[in-house]
Amino acid sequence: MTHTDPAPTPLRPAAPSNAPDLLYREHEEDLRSAVRALLADRLPTGAVLAHIDAGRAYDAGLWRVLATDLGLAGLLVPDALGGQGAGAREAAVVLEELGRAVAPVPYLTSAVIATEALLACAGVSNGAASHGSAAVPGPPADAAPPTVTQPAGRAEEADAVVATELLAALATGERIGVLAVPLSTAPGTAHPTAVRADTAAVRADARATLTGEVTSVADALAAAVLLVPARGPAGAGLYAVDTGAAISPGLRLEPTTALDPTRPLARVGLDGAPARRVAGPVAAGAAIDRALRAGAGLLASEQLGLAEWCLAETVRHTGERHQFGRPVGSFQALKHRMARIWLDLVSTRAAARAAADALAAGAPDTPVAVAVAQAHAARVAVHAAQECVQLHGGIGMTWEHPAHLYLKRAKSDEIALGTPGRHQEALADLVDLPAPPA
Amino acid sequence: MSRAETSPEAADAAPTEPVDAAEVRRAVRQLLATHDPTTTARIDFLRAQFDAGLAWVHYPVGLGGLGAPRALQSLVTAELAAAGAPDNDPRRIGIGLGMAAPTILHYGTEEQQRRLLRPLWTGEEVWCQLFSEPGAGSDLAALGTRAVYVPAPGGDRDTLADGARAGEWIVDGQKVWTSQAHLARWAILIARTDPDLPKHRGITYFICDMTDPGVEVRPLRQLTGEAEFNEVFLTGVRIPDDRRLGAVGEGWRVAQTTLMNERVAIGGGSVPREHGMIGVAARAWRDHPELRTHDLHQRLLRLWVEAEAARYAGQRLGQQLAVGQPGPEGSAMKLAFARLNQEISGLEVELMGEAGLAYDDWTMRRPDLVDFTAREAGYRYLRARGNSIEGGTSEILLNIVAERVLGLPPEPRADKDAAWKDLPR
Repeated sequence: MTHTDPAPTPLRPAAPSNAPDLLYREHEEDLRSAVRALLADRLPTGAVLAHIDAGRAYDAGLWRVLATDLGLAGLLVPDALGGQGAGAREAAVVLEELGRAVAPVPYLTSAVIATEALLACAGVSNGAASHGSAAVPGPPADAAPPTVTQPAGRAEEADAVVATELLAALATGERIGVLAVPLSTAPGTAHPTAVRADTAAVRADARATLTGEVTSVADALAAAVLLVPARGPAGAGLYAVDTGAAISPGLRLEPTTALDPTRPLARVGLDGAPARRVAGPVAAGAAIDRALRAGAGLLASEQLGLAEWCLAETVRHTGERHQFGRPVGSFQALKHRMARIWLDLVSTRAAARAAADALAAGAPDTPVAVAVAQAHAARVAVHAAQECVQLHGGIGMTWEHPAHLYLKRAKSDEIALGTPGRHQEALADLVDLPAPPA
Repeated sequence: MSRAETSPEAADAAPTEPVDAAEVRRAVRQLLATHDPTTTARIDFLRAQFDAGLAWVHYPVGLGGLGAPRALQSLVTAELAAAGAPDNDPRRIGIGLGMAAPTILHYGTEEQQRRLLRPLWTGEEVWCQLFSEPGAGSDLAALGTRAVYVPAPGGDRDTLADGARAGEWIVDGQKVWTSQAHLARWAILIARTDPDLPKHRGITYFICDMTDPGVEVRPLRQLTGEAEFNEVFLTGVRIPDDRRLGAVGEGWRVAQTTLMNERVAIGGGSVPREHGMIGVAARAWRDHPELRTHDLHQRLLRLWVEAEAARYAGQRLGQQLAVGQPGPEGSAMKLAFARLNQEISGLEVELMGEAGLAYDDWTMRRPDLVDFTAREAGYRYLRARGNSIEGGTSEILLNIVAERVLGLPPEPRADKDAAWKDLPR
């Protein structure tokens, strides 16, 4: 699937530069249809549950079609680096559909978070993929100053080479990459990590071995490469660890039982595991932060999709189920609850689009748009999933009905990449609403 | 809450040849060349703007428009504003622009359109809406104001060309919550013309002359102390049949066009961050560090997030309308604004502490417009209670969303097929 700019709609007035485009463009709707058709085909009713019951880490077959055949793993990666040269707006649409299906694939973790981290390490500026090739990072006039890493020396050049190589592998879907931080880590927070980087004598290939552990790493069991933040004598860094047992004798991955079985977690144990540096002290923090911010902003689209499913399914069920000689959905108390979820979806859709558009453009307002979208969407998705279980009555409490998969995903997503309260606190600083003295 | 400048009227006649931006710009330049906004009297400029087809570009030629895509109006507004041209004070004449005009355009005869639309748009003739009654609020279709037809002397075989008859209607009843009634030249009115039919089927839509001696307007004081609205008493008001809008008995369907435009006129469009109530509360927070508590901080941030998400939703609705994809999101905006205004204004009173015990002014005044920001927190809190009642209560709107958007089954209804005269009242 190659991304091309659609012909401009004659009816659409030129949006003022400060107004985000909150609609879905024609090629985005085409993309949605393609992903939706694929998911309908690959994940019929009951398939996700069967998959979980079989204890698989992810749906490898689905991932192959999604990432490789449709080329969706490379949406955020510029053409010149082996990707599709699209952007966050398109990735958001894919996530809406994956959320709607609670698809057990590592799209958010690999194609968004790890990919964004590597883009930063490779020196590609924010939002560059949708604006042209990486060779000529040309952000739009109203975009933030690009965070192009100026290779300060041979070590940094080597970092960029490794990152670029990994990026190409992730973009084709051939390899899955994961940023090894707890799934609960919010953007903009410090990254206390127990991992220590024993940087050997600094050589051009920046080889190092890692020791320590990271807990609650999402999709680590599916990953071919882990991007591990680590501290060493030279300061913070980001390191790539290959997960093949033959390559990494010092690496242990232990599955953790997760609240959300569709996004498995693992504990990553490192004991002198060989690694390659992809970012040094200057670039690592910014790369991790950018990756988590993109993840948090686009997670809102996943939450939107799953909340939309919850409402649609609840409306369908309450229209069919009869009690007291009437469809239960004709009782006003229930109707109003469903109507309120619909209202929440209207604002969530707009906020999720605003975050995706800001990320795509590398807009200065991105931190605010992401915090608003994530704080809002997380609550809306949890509420929609809880209402879905309640309004399904007894059937909503069964293992057999899929409602619980959405509830578990929604509740886990609420914590993922920062709780709503965490994002709200970030807003306090961003928009000057300071807290009272402690 | 912003009001769209004109209502998105889906039923505009499709232009035979699409008018493009260049043509609209030409028309703007031509208008400015012949009418210098700095020297032309305001009303003369507005009339000329209407005659140039630049009032609402998506209306037909000859009725203030160019048959152009609706989205091009923003271009006109921007260019005229840049040239220092006056506007038609859209907020003051919102009922005319947002409700009467689209209904007249859709259902009016050519004669009615030519007579009424120009002075409506320029603001020379203010409009009000005579719909609600003391006994018919949420259940508007149960209204009891009566209109009885009196044929012209010599009978009714003299049907006029447009289907109107030479006789007239005598109207008796009472309407309530009428904004602008004390300023209005005209009203859109729905009245019962056949009490023997079920309630929805015996209603007819009229244009009522507010200067008729049978029309009495009394201010209706509300809990804020002021009187934004009126009660309107109609006693033997005579309405010629050629001021009927739509067929006899079709009034409910005509009114749906009006009401759809009312809800759609609310909330669409771009406003800056912290516009409205949340901005007032945020400024109060910044101005009074001594009043801050952790509890209020958490609640304020949460409301800030919700207000910002609602702002994006309004922006998105505006973008949908601009590309001709109106959705049901308009009713969502109204519901969201009502709840947010109420919660934020309540928080603001609480934040103000001792100052929140005071009220600025209980004097009965007749404000032209509701201005939330010109008053104190207590006023905002009290006035916002009405946001979930006016223009359709939140409970009714939730029903509409559930039934029309989500397609949930309707409540069982006892009154659907009974004659209006047999309904318990």
